[in-house]
Amino acid sequence: MALLQIAEPGQSAAPHEHRLAVGIDLGTTNSLVATVRSGMAAVLGDELGRPLLPSVVRYHPEGGVTVGFDALSQQAVDPRNTIVSVKRFMGRGLKDIAHVESMPYAFVEGEGMVKLRTHQGVKSPVEVSAEILQALRERAENALGGQLTGVVITVPAYFDDAQRQATKDAARLAGLNVLRLLNEPTAAAIAYGLDNGAEGIYAVYDLGGGTFDISILKLSQGVFQVLSTGGDSALGGDDFDQRVFCWIIEQAKLTPLSPQDARLLLTKAREAKETLTFHGEAPITVKLGSGEYVDLTLTTAIFAEITKTLVQKTLAPTRKALRDAGLTPEEIKGVVMVGGSTRLPQIQKAVGDYFSQEPLNNLDPDKVVALGAAIQANLLAGNRAAGDDWLLLDVIPLSLGIETMGGIVEKIIPRNSTIPVARAQEFTTFKDGQTAMSLQVVQGERELVSDCRSLARFELRGIPPMVAGAARIRVTFQVDADGLLSVSAREQTTGHEAHIEVKPSYGLNDDEIAAMLKDGFNHAADDAFRRALREAQVEAQRLIEATQSALKDDANLLSILERGHVDMCVAKLQSVMMGDDRRAIDNAMDALSKGTAEFAARRMNQSVQRVLAGRNVEQMDL
Amino acid sequence: MTSVDSTLAQDHFTLFGLPRSFAVDGEVLERMYREIQAQVHPDKHAHLSDTQRRLAMQWATRANEAHQVLKNPLQRAHYLLGLLGFDPQVERNTAMPMDFLIEQMDWREAVEKAKGVSDGEELENLYRNLRQDMKGQYEALGLAIDDSHDYVRAADLVRQLMFQEKLLTEIEDALEAIEA
Repeated sequence: MALLQIAEPGQSAAPHEHRLAVGIDLGTTNSLVATVRSGMAAVLGDELGRPLLPSVVRYHPEGGVTVGFDALSQQAVDPRNTIVSVKRFMGRGLKDIAHVESMPYAFVEGEGMVKLRTHQGVKSPVEVSAEILQALRERAENALGGQLTGVVITVPAYFDDAQRQATKDAARLAGLNVLRLLNEPTAAAIAYGLDNGAEGIYAVYDLGGGTFDISILKLSQGVFQVLSTGGDSALGGDDFDQRVFCWIIEQAKLTPLSPQDARLLLTKAREAKETLTFHGEAPITVKLGSGEYVDLTLTTAIFAEITKTLVQKTLAPTRKALRDAGLTPEEIKGVVMVGGSTRLPQIQKAVGDYFSQEPLNNLDPDKVVALGAAIQANLLAGNRAAGDDWLLLDVIPLSLGIETMGGIVEKIIPRNSTIPVARAQEFTTFKDGQTAMSLQVVQGERELVSDCRSLARFELRGIPPMVAGAARIRVTFQVDADGLLSVSAREQTTGHEAHIEVKPSYGLNDDEIAAMLKDGFNHAADDAFRRALREAQVEAQRLIEATQSALKDDANLLSILERGHVDMCVAKLQSVMMGDDRRAIDNAMDALSKGTAEFAARRMNQSVQRVLAGRNVEQMDL
Repeated sequence: MTSVDSTLAQDHFTLFGLPRSFAVDGEVLERMYREIQAQVHPDKHAHLSDTQRRLAMQWATRANEAHQVLKNPLQRAHYLLGLLGFDPQVERNTAMPMDFLIEQMDWREAVEKAKGVSDGEELENLYRNLRQDMKGQYEALGLAIDDSHDYVRAADLVRQLMFQEKLLTEIEDALEAIEA
């Protein structure tokens, strides 16, 4: 990262035009928010200077919500209404969640995603996560003194489409403009790579509270290219706690526990685990609400024994990721350790043994993801300084496929494809006059649909009636730079755009988000209307600036007539943007955006042509 | 002014400024890919309008597709033959020389047998031998396209190699299953 911000022509770096952008690490156990100030990435602490926000949300019986340390301290008092590790439920059905029986919550099976019954009604994991994000947003806006332009939120690289979509929905619900969903190990690689000027092939081993990721990256001349990724989106520090918890129950021969006692014991289990990072043994003494006493000592040796299979479980995806990248452990230059759970000595040892080298621990495993996200957010918001021209190429973690006859999966997009990526597939009708068909999209590596995760059943409607087999419907699967899938379809022989319900069942549509917002999600007396208007105005200003900057650079790409039209659209937007008619602003932005579409396309063309021209000059030199 | 659509739709070789041949300078390919992505990637346009972000996604998708095809020798040959009007039609044309088919059946039998008894060492052996065999096939493919311009023979080789690549993946999967 450049320490001196030097503005390039057309790129503003004047302090008053600095756009407020933050990176958010929405973790299973803890969350953080960071930003780039004066060219340096830094985590924003709370009023007491604490960097971490425990990812805990408590719904009070008398109304009101607390998030963070205050909620954490109440978890044993009111476990049912104090939600911890909500990230494990994002985009997940009840049957996907491990250890449901030992969790103190009142689960409700929701459509596509499990929900939780609380004092304040049934809450989806998206809403709970939005409370955490909202707390971080307030922290950031107070610290930075203004409304955020945009955020980068990190997700485990191994998160599937449902989990990513749920995260993005939570951000929208918290009133955040998501610039990008960034994979956690990639964020760590950015922070590490830029800080150390690293070049070569690196592995990022990221064991968090609830998820495990392994990513293999090639760092070369300012390009961060993810070669492969693997992991387990239901494996983390929580599972080590769970093993200790089970061990305590077994050793102390405890009877079935109340939710309060279960929560208390889990907390003790976690404390014992953390003690073992620095000490050979950890005492566990606790008096339960049931009157039972626990007095045990957990030693490093016992802990290693009861968690051995968990450590092994991280090495299988590691081997697979290396194989996918076509590499051996010896070819890895360094292993960056991320996530609080990598502090465990036996994790350090297992990773060190596998790669035959000391893992890199010279950065704070709790903060590095948030810092990388902040650096990326700063860049994406357009606060680009000279020297900040690095590029990130990430991949899709799991293959995407569709169901064919007999429940077999046909792979459409293989795992570890660089995103954005698209593939088209042709289908036909099997009945005369058939006007609709449905497609089952799955994510995963197995051959049978039942072994993969079902993402959505897409309904294609409006196929023109034809004899069986005559229609040729081309379905395009597009995965964007956030790793999110969208589907579109077109009947080829008539050119008829088939209507397709692209919204997967687990995602929220705009109406649902609006309803949740109205339902008093913004209990902190936040005026949603004023906020949305302000956002539109900021957006309008940004669009005008971008257009003017483009016109200054490439006015020659437009005819006088075309230029006149663009100028007119800009003037129209300027005339309405300071008013309070949100719809008029949206319409004018839309018109400007459409009015400059061709111009934008020509500029993009020109930039590619310039790269090719450089290549031609070089060929002539030979 | 060139039409925008035609630039986006130009063939993979032209997009990266490479000659239409089976032999590709990998270093140039990687450099051109990175340089073009540096211009068009969505991250470079994230702060701009919806239209521009969509355009960036289209372009970056396009560059990724071209890169994917060109860096993989079999996909590259398949694609190049299509451009030259000799599409191998792998879906429809399954005719193969008899000796090749018999050889493949032997391979397959050996793989199934090793899989059945979880013989990792034998699978590793088969894997190495098959790769060695395919190396020769790829050399022949390069000669057929770039030197003798015998595209009918090249299309035959592409169909055979597809067969072999599939078997190779099966051995990989079997090895992975044994390890797990």
